[in-house]
Amino acid sequence: MGQRELLEITNLTKRYRIGDTDVLALDAVNLVISRGEMLAITGPSGSGKSTLMNILGCLDTADSGSYMLAGEDVSKLAGDQLAAIRNRRIGFVFQNFNLLPRLSALENVELPLLYASRHDAKTLARAALTTVGLADRTHHEPNQLSGGQRQRVAIARALVTDPAIILADEPTGNLDSQVGRDILDLFHRLNQAGSTIIIVTHDHEVARHCGREVQLRDGRIVAEVQHAPHCQPSTTKETTAAA
Amino acid sequence: MLFWTTIKIALRSMLANKLRAILTMLGMIIGVAAVIAMLALGNGAKKRILGWVSRMGKNTITIFPHNSKIAPVLNGSADPLSLGDARAILKIPHVKYVSPVVTAWQPVKWGGNFTTCNIVGCAPTYIKIHDFKVQSGAMFTDYDCQDIASVAVIGPETAERLFGSQDPIGRTITVSTVRFKVVGVLVPKGRHGWFDPDNQVLLPYTTAMTDLMGRLVALNHIDLQVDHAANLNRVQAACQRVLRLRHSLIYGDEDDFWISNQLQVLKMANRIGGAFTLFLGSVAGISLLVGGIGIMNIMLVTVTERTREIGIRKAIGARRRDILRQFLIESMIISLLGGLMGVGAGIVAAHYVKFRSFSGHVEPSMVFLALSISAAIGIFFGYYPARRAAALNPIEALRYE
Ligand SMILES: Nc1ncnc2c1ncn2[C@@H]1O[C@H](COP(=O)(O)OP(=O)(O)O)[C@@H](O)[C@H]1O
Ligand SMILES: [Mg+2]
Repeated sequence: MGQRELLEITNLTKRYRIGDTDVLALDAVNLVISRGEMLAITGPSGSGKSTLMNILGCLDTADSGSYMLAGEDVSKLAGDQLAAIRNRRIGFVFQNFNLLPRLSALENVELPLLYASRHDAKTLARAALTTVGLADRTHHEPNQLSGGQRQRVAIARALVTDPAIILADEPTGNLDSQVGRDILDLFHRLNQAGSTIIIVTHDHEVARHCGREVQLRDGRIVAEVQHAPHCQPSTTKETTAAA
Repeated sequence: MLFWTTIKIALRSMLANKLRAILTMLGMIIGVAAVIAMLALGNGAKKRILGWVSRMGKNTITIFPHNSKIAPVLNGSADPLSLGDARAILKIPHVKYVSPVVTAWQPVKWGGNFTTCNIVGCAPTYIKIHDFKVQSGAMFTDYDCQDIASVAVIGPETAERLFGSQDPIGRTITVSTVRFKVVGVLVPKGRHGWFDPDNQVLLPYTTAMTDLMGRLVALNHIDLQVDHAANLNRVQAACQRVLRLRHSLIYGDEDDFWISNQLQVLKMANRIGGAFTLFLGSVAGISLLVGGIGIMNIMLVTVTERTREIGIRKAIGARRRDILRQFLIESMIISLLGGLMGVGAGIVAAHYVKFRSFSGHVEPSMVFLALSISAAIGIFFGYYPARRAAALNPIEALRYE
């Protein structure tokens, strides 16, 4: 694995057993992702996108195959070791935000740093909220924020630890299209600032804006598309009100 | 920092469920209050007994005739305690005062008033041994004893019953059928259960033995005071030697008397009081157990309700011990807050609950004990739910609705 490759999975397989039937959610998937890439994973519902993301995010483990992340074989890890990888190396953004309800935006963003026993948590969390454009909402609780703002808080929480990779599983799935576009713009900006990002989506428009698109079907990669280098229509950015 | 955030989160989730938190704490409050009140009551009783024993004189030894281990008086094999025994004991080093004592329960009259009380025939040293003070008049003297004088010193309660507000000094009371002139009144000591040192009549032992109880009566006991607590055991052994010799006991014979020294009595009272306190505390402790089970129950509910939160925390890097600690802190906050309130309630209860003449006596060590037990209960009953939370699989927890 060279310098440019950040992440490499080989023959990754995941099987679910429901009653007597075996569901092959991932069927020997191979994928290499380079530093600084912005990758889209697309595919019909049930094709294994979330399963793949959960394994990439170290929330789940594969039945077989290997997973190298930043030079470390994480497929051999378990329990608290995976927790440490999730904490330091991965920023996960969920479709339904998954913020803690009784904590303020700032406290939600701080939390991963507190689990890492960082003493500069507050400063870094503020900076992350500023990055996602919520500097003025630090003390709001999730239920005082709009859907788009919640997802921004979640993104701030994902990037506050300066992770190797940001994983977003249908991050715009619960947002209306305009707000969704703003969120995608945010991911683009983060990518341009150097973050490696993987986004699951079934919106082809979204996929087209990513450098590369991987299409999944029945747990297999069926196509890989290289898109033209993304050019952000600056007008979109201008006309959009804060989500 | 994570610690404070954890406490903040715990308090906020408690605030969001105030009624539930209060009901859960109520179990702890009642349990701890009961433990504090019971310990205080037991301790109060113990203090009362110890206070009574020590108020009846310092470093005292009492010698009783016959030994309870043999049945001597009936078959006549035991010598009674005699005045000679009392005189011999006075010669023992470190003995400060000795008084022979004869007692009887007899009616006392003055004018139309009448009371029945303990009549004590003793030497003037009796009031020194037992730390009585005279409030008016004076104690009778050794000369009164030599002269078999018909004089009496009466307790304040006796004075009150016979004379009301009148001055008893110089007046003549009738004990049984014999007339005595009152020469002194004692300072009150306070009543202790069945025994009332304030309602008694002290007479010269010679007069009591001659006029009230018959010349050859044996002593009921010999009371003595030792100069220093350190010499109590030595003097007790010396008394035993002297009496065995005087009673012609040979090697192998059991003592035909029984010597009790105040330290032993205090120790025994302490032990009995301690056991009593422990018993009361343990009974109350059962309610603490119930409180603990309540905490466990609510923590299990909390963990289930917050499965998703646990999933989120794990997803952003919380380790098992982080989750375990979080829920242990929560259960400890509940149990400690409950414990604190329980201590308050217990102190109030101990203050108001009076059991006969005992009142509660709270000590800092009890508060400390109660709070430690509360914390321990929080940990013990919170551990299982917390471990369940910590063991959750992040993916399954996140999927939980
Ligand atoms: N926890 C699970 N238990 C059983 N089957 C599952 C589980 N999670 C996913 N699957 C199955 O695995 C397949 C892939 O699911 P998923 O990765 O969620 O697809 P996608 O995110 O692309 O919609 C589906 O057939 C789904 O039913
Ligand atoms: Mg999915």
